[in-house]
Amino acid sequence: MPAIPLAYNVRSLRVRWRTTIATVLGIALVVAVFVMVMALARGLKSTYIQTGDPMNLLVLRRGSTAESSSQIMREEMMRRKYMPGIARDEQGRPFFSPEIIVLIYLNRIDAEVGGNVIVRGMGEMGLALRPNVTISEGRMFEPGRRECIVSRRLSDRFANCRVGDRFQAGKAEWTVVGIFEAGKSAYESEIWADADEVRAAFSRNFYGSMLVRPESEAAADAIVRRIESDRTLSARVLREVDYYKDQTKTAGPIQFMGGFLATIMSIGAAFSAMNTMYAAVGARTREIGTLRVLGFRRRAIYGSFLLESLILAAVGGLVGCLISLPLNGVATGTFSWTSFSEVAFEFRITPELLGKGMLFALAMGALGGLLPARMAAQKPVLAALKS
Amino acid sequence: MLAVIAIVQIRELTRIYQQGDIKVVALDRVSLDIARGDFVALMGPSGSGKSTLLHIIAGIDRPTAGSCRVDGIEVAALSETELAGWRNSHIGFVFQTFNLIPVLTAFENVEMPLLLTGLSAAERRAHVEAAFELVGLADRMDHLPRQLSGGQEQRVAIARALVTDPTLIVADEPTGNLDAKSASDVLGLLEALNRDAGKTIIMVTHDPKAAAHARRTLHLEKGELLKDEEVRR
Repeated sequence: MPAIPLAYNVRSLRVRWRTTIATVLGIALVVAVFVMVMALARGLKSTYIQTGDPMNLLVLRRGSTAESSSQIMREEMMRRKYMPGIARDEQGRPFFSPEIIVLIYLNRIDAEVGGNVIVRGMGEMGLALRPNVTISEGRMFEPGRRECIVSRRLSDRFANCRVGDRFQAGKAEWTVVGIFEAGKSAYESEIWADADEVRAAFSRNFYGSMLVRPESEAAADAIVRRIESDRTLSARVLREVDYYKDQTKTAGPIQFMGGFLATIMSIGAAFSAMNTMYAAVGARTREIGTLRVLGFRRRAIYGSFLLESLILAAVGGLVGCLISLPLNGVATGTFSWTSFSEVAFEFRITPELLGKGMLFALAMGALGGLLPARMAAQKPVLAALKS
Repeated sequence: MLAVIAIVQIRELTRIYQQGDIKVVALDRVSLDIARGDFVALMGPSGSGKSTLLHIIAGIDRPTAGSCRVDGIEVAALSETELAGWRNSHIGFVFQTFNLIPVLTAFENVEMPLLLTGLSAAERRAHVEAAFELVGLADRMDHLPRQLSGGQEQRVAIARALVTDPTLIVADEPTGNLDAKSASDVLGLLEALNRDAGKTIIMVTHDPKAAAHARRTLHLEKGELLKDEEVRR
């Protein structure tokens, strides 16, 4: 089907630049909100997805869905430390870490209201079980000295979390001796200390979980069978990565809210596009008649006006994406309803997300353009010429 | 003597408009022939049916009854889609208000009907340039309509009407919006196209001076053909 030249649409939009800009900005705003909220949800999800080692097994009390609600007594824990199938380091120490999670309240550096932060107590092999974690400043804590290490992101956001700082938590005063980086994983929202010291400071006579690394896949299956069939322990075993994948549901409400907000706003933007296109059709009725006299078919007129609406939306989408782009990689934090603590993460604006933003914009353009384009195509030639 | 070939054959052509409960007879059983290469002026007072007749011949209105054949084709029998294609290849329309697309240059305006022909860009350019040469505006091709005078705009519109080498050029009051000098230029151009290029032209006008440029005048009144006369030069 021969098409009306694109230049006709582009220049017509330029001529009506005031309404064009207003509509473009309306669509841009919706796309920016959509991309930003989705980037937030994605960043949060990716934080959890990047957490954990695929070889590690996490042991929780049966019935517990999170480390914070799991309880394993010290004696039960220690009996499993030398279980067959657990990998060992050069010194023969098993890759086994009894762990406990507690929440503490810390003041923020740049806000009056503080936030809950996770303190993870871990065994001597806790760091070795997490090869993606590196200490970038200071050193590892030493058990027995009330020392801790803090993630870089928490250190940047919360008060008294720099190397050499001290803060009160539980019955103890803790000294920060190191800052660690955890590859943008969920560990970036934690403070680490010795498990037994954490238990003592917070009056816990139990651990929350144990983290072990099996020698092999076959050994992993054997460990799972052994622990899950052990009636004295009543525990369940899951891959560490699977546990954190399950935590991605934290992003669910944000994603839903973002989608809902963007949908409501998009209705307004689509009406704005429709209004602009109705005005365009109204102002160019005689041109439509002329094009029909020259031989352009109804379909060509329809296609041309729909295309114009899509161009409008595409420009809006592009502007929206550009507005949202500086947010990529910006670190922030939100409250996690699964751990009841602050989770630090980065906004993640991916090409796929930008593509979705553009598709969203085009959908608004198509919705806004359909009826005006149809009206333009349906106009009788003579009536259009006489307008 | 060779028989004159009628390019337009109209028989018992009737057009009735319904305006609420009232029926308005715009054309009442009009019959006429227009020969290939003729230059016909359709004259008459407002509401005489001259524009309606032109619109039916050009395929942008449909008759209530009767027949209108252009180059052997019964125009009213064509579907909307067929009519669009037919208009593109058979009709060059010149409007009173020029009807150029304001956002396109003069060149692009004239090129528009050629976009439907399947010609290559180079072929289209050659046709457009030839049309501009004919109307004497070769130096104004890149101007936007607003950068042209009324007379120049109408010349561009004429170039657009003849660029596809149509069977008929139909002009609806082509000098109605022009000053006397520009009107005279446009009429001279139409006359030259008829005389030198052999174009068949049907022109609606209420101006006897404009009609004097035609070879033949048809007078309509109240939808009926009253007079059909040769123009004496």
